[in-house]
Amino acid sequence: MTRKQRRLILIGSSLGVLAFAVALILGSLRESIVFFNSPTDIAENKAAPGKRVRLGGMVKMGSLERGDNLQVRFEVTDGNKDIPVSFQGIVPDLFREGQGVIAEGHVEPGGTFKAETVLAKHDENYMPREVVETLKKQGHWQETSAPNAVAAKGTAK
Amino acid sequence: MIAELGQYALILALALALIQSWSPVMGARKGDMALMKLADSTALAQFAFVALAFGALTFCYVTSDFSVANVFENSHSQMPLIYKFTSVWGNHEGSMLLWVLILAIFGALVAVFGVNLPGSLKANVLAVQSWIASAFYLFILFTSNPFRRLAEVPVEGRDLNPILQDFGLAVHPPMLYLGYVGFSIAFSFAVAALIEGRIDAAWARWVRPWTLLAWMCLTLGIAMGSYWAYYELGWGGFWFWDPVENASLMPWLAGTALLHSAVVMEKRNSLKVWTILLAILTFSLSLIGTFLVRSGVLTSVHTFSNDPARGLFILIILIVFIGGSLSLFAWRAPLLKQGGLFAPISREAALVFNNLFLATACATVFVGTLYPLVLEMLTGDKISVGAPFFNLTFGPLFVPLLVAVPFGPLLAWKRGDLYGVAQRLLAACAIAMVGLAATFAFEGTKAVFAPFGIGLALFVMAGAVTDIAERLDLRSMSLEIIGRRAAGLPRSAWGTAVAHFALGITLLGLVFATNWGSERIIALKPTQTVSISGYDLTFDGMTSRNGSNYRETAARFTVRKGGAVIGVMEPSKRVFPSRDGMSTTEAALLTRGVSQLYLSLGDSNADGSIALRLYHKPLVLLIWLGALVMALGGALSLSDRRLRIGAPKPASRMLAQPAE
Repeated sequence: MTRKQRRLILIGSSLGVLAFAVALILGSLRESIVFFNSPTDIAENKAAPGKRVRLGGMVKMGSLERGDNLQVRFEVTDGNKDIPVSFQGIVPDLFREGQGVIAEGHVEPGGTFKAETVLAKHDENYMPREVVETLKKQGHWQETSAPNAVAAKGTAK
Repeated sequence: MIAELGQYALILALALALIQSWSPVMGARKGDMALMKLADSTALAQFAFVALAFGALTFCYVTSDFSVANVFENSHSQMPLIYKFTSVWGNHEGSMLLWVLILAIFGALVAVFGVNLPGSLKANVLAVQSWIASAFYLFILFTSNPFRRLAEVPVEGRDLNPILQDFGLAVHPPMLYLGYVGFSIAFSFAVAALIEGRIDAAWARWVRPWTLLAWMCLTLGIAMGSYWAYYELGWGGFWFWDPVENASLMPWLAGTALLHSAVVMEKRNSLKVWTILLAILTFSLSLIGTFLVRSGVLTSVHTFSNDPARGLFILIILIVFIGGSLSLFAWRAPLLKQGGLFAPISREAALVFNNLFLATACATVFVGTLYPLVLEMLTGDKISVGAPFFNLTFGPLFVPLLVAVPFGPLLAWKRGDLYGVAQRLLAACAIAMVGLAATFAFEGTKAVFAPFGIGLALFVMAGAVTDIAERLDLRSMSLEIIGRRAAGLPRSAWGTAVAHFALGITLLGLVFATNWGSERIIALKPTQTVSISGYDLTFDGMTSRNGSNYRETAARFTVRKGGAVIGVMEPSKRVFPSRDGMSTTEAALLTRGVSQLYLSLGDSNADGSIALRLYHKPLVLLIWLGALVMALGGALSLSDRRLRIGAPKPASRMLAQPAE
C-alpha cells in the first residue's frame, strides 16, 4: 500500500466518524434542547402544550401550597403574568416565596405548568441569569437585589 | 501589612514573568547561554513570590483578617480551621491565585527537573510558560485583586457558601487546577517546538510525563467533583452534564487523546503534527474551561462573579493564546518532517482510532456546551441542552472506542494481525458473552442497554487482563518465571493495563447504578418504616444540635436488613445564620461493599412528617473507584524507568531502538 492510499484510508475514516458525529448531533439537538420561557411567554402560548420547556421567574408571594404526597403548588410570576405550577417531589433547599426559580416541565391543557424538575439557587444572593433578564424586560428589576458573590444550582426531582 | 506584602510579591512575580517572557527567547535565538539560563532563576523566583502571595492570603484567612475584602466575603471567625484554609480558593480571586501558584510550581519543576533538555528548548518552554503567567498575573492584579482592603473593618465575615464547606471541596479545585495548568507544560513544549521548527521522538518522551501527571490530577479532580456533587447536592446524581462539568471533561478527553498520540510519536516518530495540535487544543480547552467557569456566562455552583470586565479580560487571554498558538501552528507545522509509516491495522492505527473517537466525542461535548451560548448571542433564544443530548451523542461515540480498547495494546506496531488478536481475545469475549447472557436471563428485556453495558465492561476488563497475561506468557511456565517476568515488565505496560481495566470498573459502576438503582420519595412520620431493595429504614426521631457556625437538625434512622440492625443513618439539614439562614442538606450514606444507601431530607410538614429522598445505588462506588484506579495506572506508568530518567538520549539513537 502506498503512502497516498494509507493517507486516504485515514482521511476517509476520519471523515466517516465526523459525519457520524454530525448526524448524531443534529439528530439529538432537535429532540433534546429545551427553550426558556417567561410567564408572559407561556401566557401568550409561545410554548406548545406538552412540549418540554423551562419556565423562569419569581415564586409569587403567598402562592405556595403544600398538599399530600409531596404535592407542591405555587405560582411563577414576572410581574406581568402569573403561571400556576404543580410539582411532586422535594423542592431545593432555598426554594422560597419571593425568590427566583426555574421549573422544567410542560404546559398542561388546563394552563397549569407541570414541573418535573425545579431548579433553585444554592445561595441567598443568586438569581438565575435568565430570570434577571425576564424581570428586567418587564420592568420589575431592582438593582438592590442584584446577584453577587456565589451562585449555584440545585435540582429536585 | 501581610496583605500588602502578598500584593507586592505578586507584582514582583509579574515583573519576573515579563523578564522571563523575553530574555530566554532572545537567548535561544542568539545562542546566548547566560540569557537562556536566566529563565531557570526567574522561574524559581516567580514560584517563591507567588507562594509568598498565596501564603499571605492564607494567613489573612487563618487569622480572620476581615479588613481584607476577600476574607470578609468568604470567611467567618467561627468556621472550622480546615475551611479557613480551603476558603482561600473557595472564591474567584483566591482560586485565580491558586491557578497562578500551580502554574509557577510547574514552571519551577521544569527549571529544576529539565536538566536533560536541550538548552534552547528549555528556554523557549519557560518563556511560553511566562507568557501565560504574565497574562494571569495581570488578570489578577487588574480585575480580581484578592488583597483589596475595606475602608471600614467589619467585625464578622460573611462566611463561605455553606455548600462549599466540605472536605471534598478542599481537594477538588487544587486537583482540577493541577490538571488544567499541568497541560500548560504540554502547550509550552508544543509552542517551543513550533518556534524552533524542530521536533523529534525525544520531544514526546519529555512531554509525556508532564501530560501524564496533569491527566492523573485532572482524573482525580473530576472524580472528586463528581463525588462531591453526589453527596452534597442531595439528590444522588453523579454527573449532570452541567456546562461546568463539561468544561473539565473536554480537557480530560483531549488530554487522554494526547497521552495516546504521544506514545505513537515517542515509539514510532509518527503523528507529529497531530500531537502538537492536540497539545495546543488540550490546554486551549483548559483555558476555555476557566473562561466558562469564571466569566459568569454560565450560572452554576462555580460561578463566583458576574463581573463583565473579568469575562472580557479572560476572553482576550483566550483569543490571544488560542488564536496565537493556532496561527503559529498553521505557519510552522508544515516544516515538521513526516515520520514512520504504518498499516491500517497496527498499534499506531489503533491509537489513531482512539484519538479520532476521543477528539470527536470531545467535539460533541463542545458543541452541546457552547451551542446555547452561541444561539443566545445570535437569536436571543434561551435554551438549555440537557443530559439527553449528551447521552445520545457521547454514548454512541464511546461504544466503538471501548470495544477497541482491548485490541490496541495487543496489536503489533507498524503492521498488526487483527485476526490473531481476535483469537487471543477469545477468552475475554467469552467472559463478556457470559455476562451479557446472564444479565439477559435475569432481566429479560426490561433493561435493553444494561446487558450490553455489562458485556462491554467485562470485555474491557478481561481484555486488560489478557494483555498482561499475554505479555507474561502464562502457558507452561513455573510461577517463579512468571513472577520474574512480571517484575521485568515495563511499568508503563502495567500502567496501560491497569488504566484500561479501570475504565471497565467505572463502566460497570455506571451501568449498575443507573439500571438497578431504586429511588423512593416519600413523607414519613416518626416510628414509621420505609423499605427499599430489601432494606428497612425506621424513622426514630429528630434531634437538634449546634455546629461551629451552623445549627443542625438531624433525623435518625435505624437500618435493618432481614430484621437485623445493620446501621444508623442521620441525614440532616444545616442552617447558617451568617448567610441569612441559608440551609444545606447533608445526605447520609450507608456503604455496603461498593453499594450505597443514600438518604437526604426534604421539608418538614405541619403534621410532623418529613419528606425524604431515599436511594439504593448498587455498585455506585465503582464509578469513582474506577477513576482512582485509572489515576493509579497513570502513576505506575509515570514511575517507568524510561520516563524517570528523563530521556537524555538524542533522537538518532531513539529511533534505532526496537519498538516494543
